[in-house]
Amino acid sequence: MLRLRDVTAAYGPVVALHQVSLEVEEKAVVALLGANGAGKTTTLRVISGLLRPRSGVVEYDGLQLHTLSPDRIVSLGIVHVPEGRQLFTQLTVLENLELGAYLRRDRAGIRRDLEKVFQYFPILAERRRQHAGSLSGGEQQMLAIGRALMARPRLLLLDEPSLGLAPMITREIFQIIRAINQEEGISVLLVEQNVRLALDISKKGYVLETGRIVLADTAEGLRANEEVRRSYLGY
Amino acid sequence: MEALFLAPPPWEDWSLFGQQVVSGFATGAMYALFALALVLIYRSTDIINFAQSEVAMFGTFAMWSLYLAGLEAWQLIILGVLLGFALGAVVERVVVRPVEGRPHLSIVVVTLGLFLLFNSVATWIWARGELPKHFPSPFSFEGVNLGFTSIPQHHLGLLLVGAGVMVLLVLLFNRTKVGLAMRATAQNPLAAQLMGISVGRMLTLGWALSAALGGLAGVFIAPITFLHPGYMLPVFLYASAAAVLGGLTSPPGAVVGGFVIGIGENLLGTYTPAKWLGPEMKLPLILLVLILILLVRPTGLFGERAVRRV
Repeated sequence: MLRLRDVTAAYGPVVALHQVSLEVEEKAVVALLGANGAGKTTTLRVISGLLRPRSGVVEYDGLQLHTLSPDRIVSLGIVHVPEGRQLFTQLTVLENLELGAYLRRDRAGIRRDLEKVFQYFPILAERRRQHAGSLSGGEQQMLAIGRALMARPRLLLLDEPSLGLAPMITREIFQIIRAINQEEGISVLLVEQNVRLALDISKKGYVLETGRIVLADTAEGLRANEEVRRSYLGY
Repeated sequence: MEALFLAPPPWEDWSLFGQQVVSGFATGAMYALFALALVLIYRSTDIINFAQSEVAMFGTFAMWSLYLAGLEAWQLIILGVLLGFALGAVVERVVVRPVEGRPHLSIVVVTLGLFLLFNSVATWIWARGELPKHFPSPFSFEGVNLGFTSIPQHHLGLLLVGAGVMVLLVLLFNRTKVGLAMRATAQNPLAAQLMGISVGRMLTLGWALSAALGGLAGVFIAPITFLHPGYMLPVFLYASAAAVLGGLTSPPGAVVGGFVIGIGENLLGTYTPAKWLGPEMKLPLILLVLILILLVRPTGLFGERAVRRV
């Protein structure tokens, strides 16, 4: 479904990605692992069109994604939930969700998806009239994911959904990510520091190190890998 | 006692007092619209648009040419608003867009440059012969009796049109998808982009809408003050005082600020103690009051305290 081939990307003179190639299959959860500054977020930014690659190709259903604008990429069903959530903190929960469906015209479908989001995240229904900024960290992450679901995505790009959350809340959110993937058939490219949790719900994963893919394997393969165990799992 | 006031003191002539208050409301409505235009830009681009007054002045002079060509006053209002909309869009696309994302000072300097440009071009084209020029109003300047006082029909028109436009703006921003998208873009452009909102288009729309409001104020104020290249400058000063008073980020604040300044201007102009100060001092006096208020409330009456998370 999504394929990056030899993508090199840079911020000005600083090269952040060197010839990165990876693939996300239909209905799969794929983990993108690595230390801080390895290029995980940059990879997502390239896919969602926020950053133009310097060279290489991003293919999605035969389309050359790297030539398209961010709003066009959203309309193709790729939705990026950025690091730090980036909610509209002074708008209500409901307004945030409505904005998720900004490009859609099917009122009935939007209403159905709103109900669905409220089923996944009942707390959001309760807080629908509150400002997003007044939510707790976990609720904000739920809103960020819910807002992305309102676009009716085929591929979710999730950047550090566990950032700053208590372990229990993190587990809850990962269960919901798994449910979304299985019930809605939405593919997920997951950037996550919590490698153990990430591999639990992923089919396969890539390890980035200073802008290069150094390892690509199935989730079991990565869990068994000596290097991954020592660097990321800590045993 | 008589020597203290320019006019009889308020408790001796309630009709005059009432008239000053009501017509203050009317000009206040225009200050409010102009202040709203400034707030609109401030929220999306984080700067005061110094070219606001001159774009409105330029548009109104263009309407004056159409007036000479035989158009009706009400047609000039509609065309003035549309021309403002177009000018705002062009200004954003052509000169603001290239400095978008640069330090705020760069954008401020661009708007100062636009101020000079529009002012010079308007002076060059239109400031010939006798100045100021007469500009028509669709309303008359005959008094309308309100019972306790009477005000010119034109001022009543100002008040009604101003209130109507404010209602339309509320509906636009709170009841429509594009209004929601504009608010979202002003708050968090990155997130707006990730929702599929074309941030550039929203910025253009914001500048266009802002200049349209300026254009409306321009054609409604010209019949009162008459038309010359500097006629919108005091309006800009009053409106920016109103916007600052309201907190710069708050549309309701801009409206309240507009009315306060409009009424304050009239009362100070009428009742300043003539012994010490003439009515010419009303602008500095209003600005003094403004400074005092800001000393007590630095964020204005309705402004959000800037909270930065570290």
